[in-house]
Amino acid sequence: MEPNSTNGAVIEFRDVDYALPNGQPLLRGLNLQVRRGETLVLLGRSGSGKTTSLKLINRLLKPRGGEVRVDGADTAKSDVIRLRRSIGYVIQDIGLFPHLTVARNIGLIPRIEGWSSDRIDARVAELLQLVGLDGDVVSRYPHQLSGGQRQRVGVARALAADPAILLMDEPFGALDALTRDQLQREFLSLQRRLNKTVVFVTHDLREALRLASRIALMEAGRLVTVLSPQDFLRSSDPLAAAYLQAFGEGLNSVATRGTE
Amino acid sequence: MNAIHFFAQHHEEILELTLEHLWLVGISTLLAVLIGIPLGILSAHWPVWNKPVLGSANVIQTIPSLALFGFLLPVPWIGARADRLAILALTLYALLPVIRNTYTGIRGVDPSVVEAGRGMGLTGRQLLFQVELPLAVSVILSGVRVAVVVSVGLATIAAAIGAGGLGEFIFRGLAMVNNQLILAGAIPAAILALSADFSLGWLERRLQPQ
Repeated sequence: MEPNSTNGAVIEFRDVDYALPNGQPLLRGLNLQVRRGETLVLLGRSGSGKTTSLKLINRLLKPRGGEVRVDGADTAKSDVIRLRRSIGYVIQDIGLFPHLTVARNIGLIPRIEGWSSDRIDARVAELLQLVGLDGDVVSRYPHQLSGGQRQRVGVARALAADPAILLMDEPFGALDALTRDQLQREFLSLQRRLNKTVVFVTHDLREALRLASRIALMEAGRLVTVLSPQDFLRSSDPLAAAYLQAFGEGLNSVATRGTE
Repeated sequence: MNAIHFFAQHHEEILELTLEHLWLVGISTLLAVLIGIPLGILSAHWPVWNKPVLGSANVIQTIPSLALFGFLLPVPWIGARADRLAILALTLYALLPVIRNTYTGIRGVDPSVVEAGRGMGLTGRQLLFQVELPLAVSVILSGVRVAVVVSVGLATIAAAIGAGGLGEFIFRGLAMVNNQLILAGAIPAAILALSADFSLGWLERRLQPQ
């Protein structure tokens, strides 16, 4: 893997613009750096540009202006397949392959990369344990799993080739409150062990405060501010204040990270 | 009864014409699959191709079969032999259900599954062969099934241009006003269509992703 760029940013947006093919701008002048090992949460309502920003990182979308750099290299000049395989990707709808078993879902990229089947089996078992699933789910199909189990498999699949970066697009959004709470807790303990660089999209302030090292607040295609959870709670920014008001009391106890 | 007597007497000819019929249908279906699936993939992935491809297949479908045989007659090489001509005509008719179902099957794959695959770093080819086609296979197969069933019926008309098949009996029976001869063509054709429908339907259900 290439050495990171001078300022220690693993992912860097430089004056990035993005617009739909019909010309409607979705993202304007985004400048943002994601540091190694942090969990950067992109917080905003729908249409604020957070998912767009995420997809610009693994080049599912191409910027109209500016550049996105991953590990110091402009993604426009990188091999897009190599780039994507070096980045784990988890989406809200999970997108497990319905015709493949859990083991084959997780092992797909390793298999394409030519790993031996022994090594793949071992990796699958290791990952299932890591995300808290019983080994006997390996031969099941996605439709035979619960929502929480599916999302865990989705995370395991994203981690299969041991990427240094993880992109998560509202991964817990479709889950019931109890399962979401559990998966958030597991995410924190997983992140303490694995120390990945994570970019996490959510519209849920509570989730952002709980998981983030830093929160990037977005609105209408622009980055409003980047704050640690602690600073977010004390922020005088009108949009941050509006969020705090909308989500109500008791948020202080949620923010557990970013105190270092 | 004399119908049984008739079938017993003509069983060799019935068998021969049935095999001929199967050959016409089999080759034309194979060609339609080889041409139609790539065209279906093309129109599913590049929407600009959608209208011209499905449009032409639709237009072909509207040409009456006898007229199509007539149109193809002056074509060099093809028109020289009746079986070539019949196979080409049957292939053209079989294209529409194959193309349309390939298109529908691939477009019907859950977009989040495709996006996850692309995001994971599957190449276009890997996505097609390991995700899209396996998930679309039962829909594609149901198009093939429609094509086969329609072809079995249409192929009886190929006898009008001398391409053989079970239509021989039907046309002979019509000319001689002999119902037994017509049935000697129609019954095996119906059995062929039903068994193709049944076996491909079974395969379709087996390949249906959960």
